[in-house]
Amino acid sequence: MFLAPAAAILAIALLYPIGYMIYASFLDWNPSQRIGEADWVGMRNYLKLLNDAAFWESTWVTVRFASIVVTLEMIFGVGLAMILDRNLRGMSILRTIFILPMMIAPIVVGLMWRYMYHPQVGIFNRTLKSLGFDTIPFLSESNWAFASVIIADIWQWTPFIFILSLAALQSLPQSAIEASRIDGASGWQQVLYIKLPLMLPVLIVTVLLRLIDAFKVLEVILVMTNGGPGLSTEVLALRISRTASEFRELGEAAAMSNALLFLLMLLTVIMFGYTKLQEKRAAKLRQAAQEEI
Amino acid sequence: MQNRDGNKANIAFYPLMIMLVVMSAGPIVLMLMTSLRPNVDITSPTASFFFMPTLRNYETTLCDLLWYKPEHVGYCNPMFGRALINSLIVAISSTFLTLVIGCMAAYSLVRFRFFGRDVVSLTTLMMRMVPPAVLLVPVFGIWTFQFGISGTVGGIILIYTAMNLPFVIWILQSFIVQVPIQLEEAARMDGAGPFRVFFLVVLPLIKPGLAAAAIFTFRIAWNEFLLANALSDRNSRTVPVTIVNSLSDLGIDWGVLMATGMLLAIPPILFTFFAARQIITGMTAGAVKG
Repeated sequence: MFLAPAAAILAIALLYPIGYMIYASFLDWNPSQRIGEADWVGMRNYLKLLNDAAFWESTWVTVRFASIVVTLEMIFGVGLAMILDRNLRGMSILRTIFILPMMIAPIVVGLMWRYMYHPQVGIFNRTLKSLGFDTIPFLSESNWAFASVIIADIWQWTPFIFILSLAALQSLPQSAIEASRIDGASGWQQVLYIKLPLMLPVLIVTVLLRLIDAFKVLEVILVMTNGGPGLSTEVLALRISRTASEFRELGEAAAMSNALLFLLMLLTVIMFGYTKLQEKRAAKLRQAAQEEI
Repeated sequence: MQNRDGNKANIAFYPLMIMLVVMSAGPIVLMLMTSLRPNVDITSPTASFFFMPTLRNYETTLCDLLWYKPEHVGYCNPMFGRALINSLIVAISSTFLTLVIGCMAAYSLVRFRFFGRDVVSLTTLMMRMVPPAVLLVPVFGIWTFQFGISGTVGGIILIYTAMNLPFVIWILQSFIVQVPIQLEEAARMDGAGPFRVFFLVVLPLIKPGLAAAAIFTFRIAWNEFLLANALSDRNSRTVPVTIVNSLSDLGIDWGVLMATGMLLAIPPILFTFFAARQIITGMTAGAVKG
């Protein structure tokens, strides 16, 4: 009885739309039509996608964006956590400040970076100019635009990885680290052979979570470049929303959504399978330990 | 580890920490300063670091809600004021709804064991995975043609509630599991009905969980752009939608835009300062417990 409202809302507003979308991906549908009036076109939307160079370009941009961003964020985040994992005063303040970029609206993040990258009033180009350098076309040249978007995302999400890996570091068993120090392991050896392997389960989950999020990024890029110049920063999510609202091809957008959903589903299943595996292994270890006693 | 060597060695790390703080807070401070500058000052190439702060940009933004008429505003655009009110309505009511419904569901899931925890965590993960962009097409179609609630605030509230429910149920569940069942049994012995047990015994004990869940729900409802953009009309726009709409104009009024952005950023910033612990709990719970 307590469960009914939640079940009803989830069914109406989540499961139904997703089913609806799978159905819509087989239709030739534009926003002014009711769905009943749209023509059934079978697999045409999917075939069109397969032959659509722009779609593949967007997919490639998305994959590249996600992998670069997650790699760099992992390196910075975990690295910083390793360096700062000690009794420092003011750590809680740092952590608080660090969550800010994640808490404020992606729209605002995009806005701030667009302002900072601005050719005339932006702080970067102003500084460059006053130092006597040429200005950089941060958002108007495709390679720079791609890099600028990546920088903004790194700014926003490195703290997430930092906080998670710091939490993981601080919950490591002290005995293992102490034992290695007594055996004469140097700082680097401790990191490489003790800390990283012990953190690995958390790190893998973090990577997958970040990957899923990176595939979903839309608003920051929408505000900063709107996918341009050309298609250089048009990630898949952005392309879906543009196909739906600018090109008015709802069927095609639905087909694209399914493709993206499938991609993400794959990631999620990997992640879920991995956590299950971990739990099983932990349970087995615990059992073995008990049997020894 | 060196952390028992005393504080001397650690002082070397403070420059790094200060640099990190500057890096992550810098853009936000810059936005705040820009929003306080007079407009001439933003665009002129010789603008200095120091300036007379002014609230003009905020007055322009909020002119519709102010009790006086700022004299520098020639034409008052009521859009921002209205959007701010819409955003507040949407965020607060969807947070409230999500919490009430989510609480009930989480409680019954724990106590009456309909599904295992696995099912719930799998759904949560699934929902975390679905990008708003994917929901765009179907939600637009259904809301417009079948429910007839597109363009209303209610439509936006409904989709936000649905989007946030799995996460809220999941995080509350992990808190409710920790409430000792004996406590509830004792209350029942004393003659309390199931509702009283729930409201007077369980709820007060899971307050931290409620806080974390509330902040996360509010943040998503307050910040979301894409679905609000598709579902709103002129009168039900939220703040993110108006920001993006004013971007497409040719001449961007940075001062006013930054003031709007700042207004949009203030509630999450306040939450961060008052409830950093709960936020971190919510965030790490998502990853560490899977």
